[in-house]
Formats: sequence, C-alpha cells, structure tokens
Amino acid sequence: MFRLALKMLFGDTAKYLMLVFGVMFSTFLMTQQSSVFCGLMRWTTAILKNAPAPIWVVETEVRQVNQTIAMRDTDLGRVRSVSGVDWAMPLYSGVQNVRLENGSLTVVQLLGIDSTTFAGAPPRMIEGSIESLRQPNAVVVDDLALKRLSPNPAVPLKMGSTFEINDQEARIVGICHAMRSFTGGPFVWTTYERALSYSPQQRKMLSAILVSPAAGKSIDEVAESIEAETGLKAYVNTGFKSSPRDFNTATIFWFVKNTGIPISFGTTVLVGLIVGIAISCQTFYLFVLDNLKHYGALKAMGATNGKLCMMLLTQVSVVGMIGYGIGLLFASIFGMAAIKNTQPPFFMPDIIPLGVLGVIIFICLLASFLGILRVSLLDAAVVFRG
Amino acid sequence: MNATPAIAARARSITKSFGDGNSRIQVLHGVDLDAYESEILMLLGPSGCGKTTLISILAGTLTPDSGEVNVFGEDLHLMKKSAITRFRAKQIGFIFQQFNLIPTITCEENVCVPLLIQGYSMSKALPFARKSLGQVGLGEHMKKRSNQLSGGQQQRVAIARALVHNPRLIICDEPTAALDAENGKMVMELFRELMRQPGRCAIVVTHDHRILPYSDRIATMNDGRILESVPTSQFDFDHHC
Repeated sequence: MFRLALKMLFGDTAKYLMLVFGVMFSTFLMTQQSSVFCGLMRWTTAILKNAPAPIWVVETEVRQVNQTIAMRDTDLGRVRSVSGVDWAMPLYSGVQNVRLENGSLTVVQLLGIDSTTFAGAPPRMIEGSIESLRQPNAVVVDDLALKRLSPNPAVPLKMGSTFEINDQEARIVGICHAMRSFTGGPFVWTTYERALSYSPQQRKMLSAILVSPAAGKSIDEVAESIEAETGLKAYVNTGFKSSPRDFNTATIFWFVKNTGIPISFGTTVLVGLIVGIAISCQTFYLFVLDNLKHYGALKAMGATNGKLCMMLLTQVSVVGMIGYGIGLLFASIFGMAAIKNTQPPFFMPDIIPLGVLGVIIFICLLASFLGILRVSLLDAAVVFRG
Repeated sequence: MNATPAIAARARSITKSFGDGNSRIQVLHGVDLDAYESEILMLLGPSGCGKTTLISILAGTLTPDSGEVNVFGEDLHLMKKSAITRFRAKQIGFIFQQFNLIPTITCEENVCVPLLIQGYSMSKALPFARKSLGQVGLGEHMKKRSNQLSGGQQQRVAIARALVHNPRLIICDEPTAALDAENGKMVMELFRELMRQPGRCAIVVTHDHRILPYSDRIATMNDGRILESVPTSQFDFDHHC
C-alpha cells in the first residue's frame, strides 16, 4: 500500500512539485531568516569574542557589551585587590574615526589592550605578531580592515600600511581574523595607552577590566566577589545561556528587547510558516479531493481507515522530507556564500534545523489531518453514486 | 430432479432511508432478495428506484435501517464494521460504472490493489495480477497506465481487478454504462465466461437492456421494492424492453 501511495503521489506531478515547493520554500525561509537573525545577534557580541577574557568588569549601568560607560582608573586597582582574582587588565573600547589616504573618513572599533600581558588580544593572528604592538604607532587590524581602510578596495592594505586615527598615524604590524562587529566597522587593536592617545581625552577612559580567576576559583564565584567588594558589574564570558551572569546572553537579550530586530525577522519566519501551511495544506487537500473517488473505491474494496491514513501519512511524509531536505540545502548554500562573503551574518546552531524540522512535521501533520478527516468520513458507498 | 442452488446472498425486509425530519426519504421499503451461487443476477429498474442502495447494502458498504443481510452464511447486519470491511476485502469483488482505476499506476498494479489491501506485498501480488490480466486478454497491456487504454479495455482491467483475489460475490454497478455497444457486448461475454466458476455469484445493476441475456436471473425494482425476481428464461422482455 505504501508503494501504491507513493505512485499516486508521484503520478500527479504538478501537485507533487507544488507540495515539495511549499515545504521547501517554508524550510528555506524559516532556516535562512532564523540563521541570519542568530548571526546578527552573534555579531552584537563580537567584542567579547575578539577580546576574550573570562570575566568582564564594567560600570554598574552597562547592560550590553557595545555600551561604554567609562570607569575611574582606580577601579582597576580595586578589582585587582579582590581575592580570587588572578589578573585584571584594562581595556579601552570605542568607535573612532579613521581618515583614509584619499581623505575620506570611516569608523573602526578601537580596542586598547594591556601592553604587557596583551589580555584581550585577538585569538587568531593571520600575519605578524601581537608583540609588535610595542612598536611606535603600531596597530593590529582584522582582515576586513585591509579592504575597508584602503582608499581602493581592489588594492587592500598590507603589513606596514598606514592610516590615521583621529589625525594620528597608525601602522599595521599584524593582521588577524576577527568576528564582524554589529556596526559593521573593522576592529583595530593597539596598546591601552596608545588607544587613549588616539581617542579624544575625557575625564574617565577605562571601558572595561578584563579579569581571570585564580586557579581553583570558579568564574561565577570570582565575578560575585568582584561585585560584592567593588560595587562594579562583573559579567562572565562563557557563552550564550551558560550562566545567568553571561555577558553574551545579556547583550543578545538587550538587543532582542530594545530593538525591532526580532519582530522584523520573526515576521518573516512567520510568513514562511504561513506560506508553508497555506501551500502545503491547500495543495495536499486538493490532492486528496482529486483522489477521493480512488480512496472511496479502495475503501469499498476493503481498505480500512487505518490503511488509508497510513497511505496519506506516507505521501505527506515523503513530500515533507524531500521539501525539507531541498530547503535546508538551499539555506546551507546561502549560508556558505554569506560566510565566504562575510555578510550577511549567518549562524545556524543545531536548534534551527531541528526546530524547522519540528515546524515542517507540524505543517505535514496539519496537511494530512485535513485529508485524513475527509477520507475517514468518506462513505464507501459513495463509489456507487457516480 | 434439479437440486436447488445454494443461496449466495439473501436480503430480508431491508429498509433504508436518507435524510432527517421532513426531508427524510425512504429509499427501500422492506426489500427481500435472493441471489444464488453460480448465477448472474441482474437488477433492473428506473433511476432512483433503490438499486444502488440495495447493492451497497449487499456489499456491506452501507448499513440498512432494518432487515437482515446474509452473504455466504455471514450475517452482515450482526457484524461489526471492521469485520464487514475484512469480509468485503476477501469475499467481494467490485466493478464500477466509471472503472475507478488509479490513473497514475500501471494496469498490473491496479489489478494488484485487492491483494495489497489484504496485506500482500507488490512482488507477491504481481503474478496473480498478470494471470488475471491474461484471463481478460490484456496480457500485453499490463505495463500501460489505465488512461492509455480504451474504455472497453479499462473495464476489462476492472474485471481482472474484481476477480484477482478470487472473491465469491461480484458486485457490478452499471458495468457497460460507459461503453459503446460493441465494447459492452465484448465485456459482458468475457464476464459471463469468467463467472462460470462454481460457487461464484454476481449481482449486476444495469439500465442496459442489451446485456440482460447474459444474466441467469433478473430482478426488477421500482420505488424501493422488488417487483419480481425470475429466471432470465421466464423474463418478459417484450414488456420491459
């Protein structure tokens, strides 16, 4: 009966293709939009990935990592004095203007890190070394900066190239790989002191303090001690939802709550769901209606409702699997292209394909439910009524 | 002395109505009918007289409001719906007016359907289907789809499908209505030939008087009642045709 069900399905090419298209389009739209949303949210935490440290200490009013409220320089000493702190280093983080060789202006995310320990250095150098930051006017840039800071994107900057940050010379001594920032600007690392000189002077300049717990102390425990003893806010940098104090989670939730981004993406995902339901349910129901006299004949010949339901479920499952597979393939191709091109943001955690699979199963069950209902209520005697 | 043939299907005091309240229509009014083994019984009557309702009840696809239905010793009116469905799958073959062949599968696969319903795999069912198609003279068309065949050929495929699982009762609903005279005659000759197997019974609903001579017994109906049920040799063709 399963083979019969599949032959009935594949035999009606137009409806079969329409059904597959509906599921495929729905899968693609939901997967792609959810992945771009996750990618965008991940970009909001780029500073945490590009200047990694177990604990980030910031001003008490800071709610997300892109928000900078400067602290007093003396706060660094107070944090260092907390028991359980192995080391604590200053970090400058701010958006600064860069003047290109042709005179045009662009912005970069400037990170100033401790010149002794290099705490907050980029995790993956491509060329040069972080120690070269000790040279005069030295900066390390990410690979995006090579194109963005070049007057001619066809001729990217290279090691030794120079540009100006707030009218002061900066020379590239290292190139690293970094996660793109939410604002789209490239990352530039330099020493803490030089970062302060590149930036307009203010009374307080310390953006954050990067902290590592002493051996045997847990990150959460030390963060709690810092908050208790200094009154500053101490976030941990351990990954999304890994801890109630996690800075990634706080940052992403801040963007979710305070921007319209989730509504925008959520609406598109909802459209994908509705289109999937509309196309799949309607087409499958039409397919059932078209074949109703055959189902009636099968029922008259002794096919039970259970067997007919299994036939319908087989048909809808095959359509669902094929449509889901193709949709996921297209979303993955889009994702690979996006990652290669570095934009748009794309991040597909396991939960997305699994969640979309759940939604597709729901759509298929809904589509088959209408058909099953129709066939179950079908009177076998209808087959004699012409 | 001629032995009385065994009864294949018996209906007693069958009533059936459709609708509710003022729109309720009584279709069958206490119908009694006997169909015997090894015979073709044709049900004749004007449209709306209850022929189709009666064969639906005899086939177990419709439940009567009252009365008794016995098919090959089984009291259908006492059986559960699921048991009737199983009985139908094994003991009854169907030939429909519009053939009801699935157009997206081949003729041999169409003929396999009653066996698939009984739980046969396609590979086990196919040899039986090919044999059955051979019996109706369509051996060379078994790989074709039904919509590639003429009306007469499609009805022959339907006959092969009705007989493939060797049922004892064949229910035919206007088997020649969709066929021209020549194809109708050819189909009925073939049907008559295949029905010669002992113990089988066919009940044929028809409007087509040309096929009446292929029957063994003719029952006429009007207004939900059986008017007469006589051997074909005693049927008054001049009066009815």
